[in-house]
Parts: sequence; C-alpha cells; structure tokens
Amino acid sequence: MQRDALSQAQLAGERLYHFHGGLRLRHNKKISCETPVEKLPLATRYFVPLLQHTGREAEPLVAAGQKILKGEQLGCFRHLGSDCVHAPTSGTVTAIANHPISHPSGAEGRCIVIKPDGLDEWQTLDANEDWEQASPATLREIIGRSGIVGLGGAVFPTGYKVRQASERGIHTLILNGSECEPYISCDEMLMREQPDSIILGARILQKAVGANRTVIAIEDQMGVVYTALSEAVKNSGASGIDIVKVTTIYPEGGEKQLIKVLTGLEVPSGGRPTDLGLLCQNVATATAVARAVVEGKPLIERTVTVTGNGVRKPRNLLAQIGTPISNLIDQCGGYAPGAVRLILGGPMMGYALSSDSNPVIKAANCILVLTEDDIRPPQPEMPCIRCGECARVCPALLLPQSLNWSVRSGLWDDARDFGLSDCIECGCCDFVCPSHIPLVDWFRFGKSELKLLGLERDTAEAARQRFEARETRLERLKQERKQRIEEKKRALRNDSEKQKKIAAAIERARSRQGKDS
Amino acid sequence: MLIAILSITVLGILFGLGLGWAAGKFRVDSDPVVDQINAVLPQTQCGQCNFPGCRPYAAAIAADEAGINQCPPGGETVIQALADLLGVEALALNPENGAEQAKTVAVIDEAICIGCTLCIQACPVDAILGASKLMHTVIEAECTGCDLCLPPCPVDCIEMVVKAPAPGEWAWPRPVTDTAREHAQSLPVGAA
Repeated sequence: MQRDALSQAQLAGERLYHFHGGLRLRHNKKISCETPVEKLPLATRYFVPLLQHTGREAEPLVAAGQKILKGEQLGCFRHLGSDCVHAPTSGTVTAIANHPISHPSGAEGRCIVIKPDGLDEWQTLDANEDWEQASPATLREIIGRSGIVGLGGAVFPTGYKVRQASERGIHTLILNGSECEPYISCDEMLMREQPDSIILGARILQKAVGANRTVIAIEDQMGVVYTALSEAVKNSGASGIDIVKVTTIYPEGGEKQLIKVLTGLEVPSGGRPTDLGLLCQNVATATAVARAVVEGKPLIERTVTVTGNGVRKPRNLLAQIGTPISNLIDQCGGYAPGAVRLILGGPMMGYALSSDSNPVIKAANCILVLTEDDIRPPQPEMPCIRCGECARVCPALLLPQSLNWSVRSGLWDDARDFGLSDCIECGCCDFVCPSHIPLVDWFRFGKSELKLLGLERDTAEAARQRFEARETRLERLKQERKQRIEEKKRALRNDSEKQKKIAAAIERARSRQGKDS
Repeated sequence: MLIAILSITVLGILFGLGLGWAAGKFRVDSDPVVDQINAVLPQTQCGQCNFPGCRPYAAAIAADEAGINQCPPGGETVIQALADLLGVEALALNPENGAEQAKTVAVIDEAICIGCTLCIQACPVDAILGASKLMHTVIEAECTGCDLCLPPCPVDCIEMVVKAPAPGEWAWPRPVTDTAREHAQSLPVGAA
C-alpha cells in the first residue's frame, strides 16, 4: 500500500484528479492584471514587525540609533534555526517600538522602525553565480539564512521546510502557481514577468532537496503564463520540469487539494506532503530562493496585489516588507469613493485591518479594498437546518455542521475526532450556509482552543517530569545522608582507640554521679 | 487414564511457568488508574487539594479517599475530565480548597532578595535558580504559579503576576453572533 502510494505520487501531474467540494467563484483578477508590476518608491518610514509568522517573535539584533544597510539582519528566530527578518533599505533604526503588525488579533507588536537614508545601499552580497557547483547542504543553508518563508500565505519558514524535506527524501517538487482565491493576481503577474527566475528557483530547490522532478501547477485560465513558463523551461535547458494546467476551482491552490488534484492521493491527517515524497512551494517562494542563492539577496520585498472596487487603479506592486499599506494605496491612486473595508489577503481567507498604517508583511499577498456594495450586509444567524451544503463543499472532507456543534458546546474531544485540525479555513462552508452561520469563525476559535489545550498539556507534562525528577533527587539525597551517618557510626565502632576513650568517659561520668549522690 | 493425568499435569506446569514468567515480564509498576488521573491533573503541584502534589492527590482519588472537586488550578475543566474518566457526577469546586484563578507566574524582586534559598527549597518543580547569598530568579517558562514560594520568603520579595500571552500565543476569540431572535428583538417595533 505504502509503495503503491509512493509510485502513484511519483506520477504527479501525469493525470489530473478532482478534490471533493470547492466552489467556482468569480475570479475578479483581470482588474489588477492590466498594468505591469510597479516598484514602489522609498517610504519615509518602515515598520518591520518582529513577528512575521505564527509562533514566537524574533529577537532583535539591532539597537535604536544604529545605522544599517539594505539586507542586514534585523532579528533572528533562534528557535527555528537561523530564520531572520532583514532590513528593507539602508538607513537608521530610530526605535524598536510597538506598532500594529498586520495580525488577525489587530494587536500591536514590536516593530523595528527604520528611517531610510535614501541611498538604498545593499550590504556586501554573498552571490553564488555558480550555484550548480554548490552542495545541497550549502543551498539549504543559504535558503535558511535568507529569511524566506512560504509566500502563498502560510508563511512557513522555507529553510525549515527544505531541511525537513531533504531528511525525509523527496522525489517531486511541486510549485504552486494556482492562485485560486478571487482578486489575488500577484503570483500570476510574477509568472508572466519573471518566468526565468521561477524556473531558476525551481532548479535550485530541486537540487537542495534532492528531488528529480518538478511540476509547476497553474490554472487553466492563465494562458499567457503557460507560454511564458514553457519558454523559460526551454531557455534554461533544464529537464524534468513539467507545467500542468489545473481546473480553476476554489480552493485548489491549497497544498493538500493541489496534491489531490495532481496525484489522486490524500495527505494523511496530521501528516505532511513529505510523507508522499512531495514538497510543495509557492512560485513566489521559488523566485525568492533564486534571488537569495544567485544574487545573495535576502527576502525583503514581495509582489502585492492592491485591488478591489475601493482603490482607483488596482494593480500589482513590488513592495518592501515593512512599508505602510497607505503608501501602496497612494501608489494606486488612493481610495475610490465608497471604500469601507481594508482586507489583508483575499475575500475568502483574509482578515480586516483596522488601519492602513499597518506594514506590509511577508504573508501579505493581497490588499483588498471593498466598497459598501461589495459586502454582503450582515445577516442574522439562523439555526442550522442540517441541509448538508457545508459538507458538500468542504474540500477537506469534513462535516462542518457536526464540527459547529462540538465547537460551540466545547466538546473538544469530539471536535478533534471530527478532524477540526484538518480544517483549512477556506470559507467555502461559510459561503454556502443558508443560515448564515459564521462557521469559519467558530472553527478558527476551536482550532485555537485545541492548540492551547495541547500547550497546556505539554506544560503540565513538563511540570510533572520536573516534579518527579526533584522527588527522586530529594529521595536520593536523603538516602545518601543516611548512608553517610551509618558509615560514620560504623567507623566509630571499629576504631578501638576511640572506643576505649568513650568507655573511659562513660566511666568518669558514672563515678562522678556516684559521688554526687 | 495415566496419559490423561500426565498430560494435564504437564500442561498445568507449562501454563503455571508461563504465567509466572509473564507476571514478572509484564509487571505494571504503578497503578494505571492513578496514572490516568494524574495525566488529567494540571501538575501545578501546589498542594491546594491538601495533598503534597498532584500524584498523591491522584492516588487519593483512585483510593476513593478524596473528592474530584479539590483542584482549584484545574477548575471546572479538570473536574469535568475527572468525572468523565471515573464515570461519576461532576461537582462544583470545593470552596475550602480555593477558587479558580487566572494563570500566574512568580516574579522575584531581585533588588530585595537576600539569597536565603528558602524559596528554592519550596519550589516543587525546581523553577527557581540561585545560590546562598546570591540573587535568585524564577525561570518563567517552568513556573507553575503554585504560590508555594510565597510563605517561606522572609523579605516578601516574591510577587505573583498574571501570565500575559505572547503575541504568537494569541488565540481567535469566541465568535459573538446575534441569533435571529436577538436580531429581531433589537429591531424597532414594526420594522419587521
């Protein structure tokens, strides 16, 4: 069985399959694809958050007042090995201060505030033009220290992923260019404009993890992209790179859904694509890898789609991480009349931002500005009528209505058994629910709770181990002390000289007692 | 007849030896029920249940010498989990043992600490670091917030502070939704 799955996974892309559920949504991508990607001019201030992905904050490596060059390390995630955040431009660190960090919590977090000097001067770059001579381990090391994360939205550190993948053994690299969420077009524009860089990144990644094949998955509606990428593959002279068109159904760009489409196999619950010998990376991540290895430039900028009816000129921008979002909006001609909501990410999975002073982060693939007309008026929630629509569209093959009940009643064991942690929060169930139940809100809450419960269990387990270790230590010390006293007593008994003295002392005491009485 | 007696005797000896061997080989050192109860308890080792630690309390529950409602750090969740595990009725937390509170960690005011090591000896999970006549400090990640270091401190330099979640530990809040009925009630009369 295991072998069958592996050989089937090796045929990724040869035959296309379907995943369960999903929705055909209006793309709304054209409006932001009409002009080429524009580079954003320097901002007056950059706010680089130390928290860029789930998990802990990076530790700052710079201090206020320090002069820095473009690409210099600003902070480091020690717990992830060597992953870092880097300076988007040269200038001075004016402060490490709290600022909104573009996080669904809407909370503030520590940001490194940079005042640019206008020179935009790179630090000395460690370029590797002849990367083909470098060993896979070296490539992985460069990827690890360049601050590259999955740019599709999950922002999982690529260095970590690649390291794990190379240990597990990978046969096929999948580059995910099927950007299925409506409005978002940054990957499409990237594939149109920089196909060579993507192919280069694919070849580097392929070597870094020891894969022998690459499958680039794009949507069937991206005609221009197919030609551009095929041309780039031909020019690079590389073999073993296939481009596959998949049907545009939301959310086929999800990692597990794409793998299902390409191989017909399901990534096991709680498992990773590496279990099938596959590694999935976003196309933008591949260009970031190419830039990091060949030019020595860390990840400090990304393509961001600024779109929606709420901006005057929707387009794609090349923006530095840390640029305030207001700068991007200005570059697109400002807000259109009636703009009411600012969303980071797409319409299905994004979250609303409270202010446009929030910075661009590594996860920011899209900034969507919606007008009153675009938003469904808030509908009152009605009771579940068990129509089963949610289960019909769920791409993770879950039963959202059952999950809804378990999560609302706090039945966490049930929720776990029903596969709550496999929910990808795609929003399909929410979209079709005739009772307007905010299912994804509940599932996000439930997933957080499950995670916290797990954390609590881990800390309790650690405390138990420490407690037991202490108990055994105290017991050991007690025994040792007892033994020492025993030994001393024994030594005393065996020492005839001392025994004589003791006997004499007892005798003296007795005779004195006799005199007294 | 003889064959029957012999064969039964041989079988008896064989099974006896097998069982004797298995009893030694698959010996269960600790009571599995106590282990299961202990796994549910929050392991703060605070002693508020009147037992010197979570495991002794677990043993007492297993022996039916203590109620399942004596663990304030665990609160309602633990009582419910214990009730499910043991198949008994869930009870309200016994107020004699204390009330459920937010998670805290101990913080030593290092300017006042005289380095007496008394708190180090009191800490059930070795979360305080220091040496005689040298400053002590709490390893925050290991502190269970049991309060046991407070009474022995001769200079009252330890304070319990509520543990603040780091931004990475942020959790999605419970959705606030108005149901159709609430929504209808919030509308002005005659609007529907």
